Amino acid sequence: MQLSTRHLLGIKDLTQEDISLILSTAEQFKEVLQRPVKKVPSLRDVTIVNLFYENSTRTRFSFELAEKRLSADTINFAASTSSAAKGETLLDTVRNILSMKVDMVVMRHSASGAPHFLSQHVPAAIINAGDGINEHPTQALLDAFSIKESTGGLEGKKIAIIGDIMHSRVAQSNVYLLNKMGAKVTVCGPPTLIPKYAAEAWGVEVNYNLKETLEWCDVANVLRIQLERQNQPLFSSLREYRISYGINRQLLDSLQKEIVIMHPGPINRGVELDSDVADSKQAIILQQVENGVAVRMAVLYLLSGRN
Amino acid sequence: MLILLWLKNKLAFIPYFRFMQVLLSHSKLKELISSLAKQLVEKHGSLNEVALVGIQQGGVAIADELVVAIRKQDPEAKFEYGQLDITFYRDDIRKNILTPDRMNLPFAVEDKTVILIDDVLFTGRTIKAALDVLLDYGRPGKVELCVLVDRKEHRQFPIQADFVGQAFETDRKDKIKLVNDEKGNKQVVLITG
Repeated sequence: MQLSTRHLLGIKDLTQEDISLILSTAEQFKEVLQRPVKKVPSLRDVTIVNLFYENSTRTRFSFELAEKRLSADTINFAASTSSAAKGETLLDTVRNILSMKVDMVVMRHSASGAPHFLSQHVPAAIINAGDGINEHPTQALLDAFSIKESTGGLEGKKIAIIGDIMHSRVAQSNVYLLNKMGAKVTVCGPPTLIPKYAAEAWGVEVNYNLKETLEWCDVANVLRIQLERQNQPLFSSLREYRISYGINRQLLDSLQKEIVIMHPGPINRGVELDSDVADSKQAIILQQVENGVAVRMAVLYLLSGRN
Repeated sequence: MLILLWLKNKLAFIPYFRFMQVLLSHSKLKELISSLAKQLVEKHGSLNEVALVGIQQGGVAIADELVVAIRKQDPEAKFEYGQLDITFYRDDIRKNILTPDRMNLPFAVEDKTVILIDDVLFTGRTIKAALDVLLDYGRPGKVELCVLVDRKEHRQFPIQADFVGQAFETDRKDKIKLVNDEKGNKQVVLITG
């Protein structure tokens, strides 16, 4: 079985079969990561460039580790320390890198659609590691893998995505994926941080009440406020946000059932999540990070065929 | 007869005219597995320090039956049993990206006698990959190889089996496969052409 696409630009382009294939392959890679030698030789003849035009800790480390665990050769690019700072265009930078016989490009960019543009102009396989406010497909895949692992499946599961939905590429990719896999999705947050088109365009429920949303869901995927992407103030203060949408222990204890708490990181402790929630056994935040390596190994492996 | 042979050679070039012949019927296969089990018990006694490891997928099918046959011969036999997948270690991985099978070695291989089990030993490349996988789990004391069918004239690596069900002389282009018959029983077939 093969993926239906040569690149991973977004969840929007994947079929249900593609998603299932990536998740089942990731299960085998998770087993590899438990071995004494956490490395396989699958990509020993493949060179990968990690092209990060935007800051990243988790995603960049996770991709780099996944590449090394697959025995690929890797080179790292950070926009701030490269010729991009001297005015070189994205296409010129990538063409120069590819002339050094690079096979795959992992790319993060602040412009939505940058990886799509690149995929039309260069022969290498492109993997989107986050583009502007569009998509972050590997995060949605690792979230799905983690949901499956902690609740036993995706179909029919009730997933709440809570926080800054408007500026979150994680939210958009999660919505696409969960819809494709038959989960039920509710987005929750202040009205100013939820796009007006959410219910109609995404086919999700919208609920502005946090308590009601938490009562309904099996899993709450909590997002941070993306202040760096907001051009104008969309809520009064972080204190007010915390009062209406912050999740604390008292709130979780008041629910009728125990729900799973997820967060893609970085967490703003004391804003969207209190420490006694983020560090509790209900939170699977560190499992998400661990699963991220296995899921990215699966994506790189499945896209590495040259045919 | 001569006309039939001529026809077989001519039509073999067309994919639709491949010829399939049963090499080992289910009953013969059972007989060979029971003989392999006997050889293993003879050599390793109660199999205390032994781990049987089937190679996905055909090897696991044979190993499952071998485990049953060993238990029948010696109900007290205590050995480890696992399944090994070589997908990520294949040397032809770039030709075709394959979906991996389940890997399951729920024991430490350190210092154990590991007996790799496969359905058909052909070029030796699968066994070479299986050894690579195994060594990433630890340092076995000894590794032996047990196969149902040996096609020894086509080896591409210096690898030989310690326990062989039956050897067959075949053409390089022929294929030998473990398949299910119409009743769902396993048998070994030769596909020519």
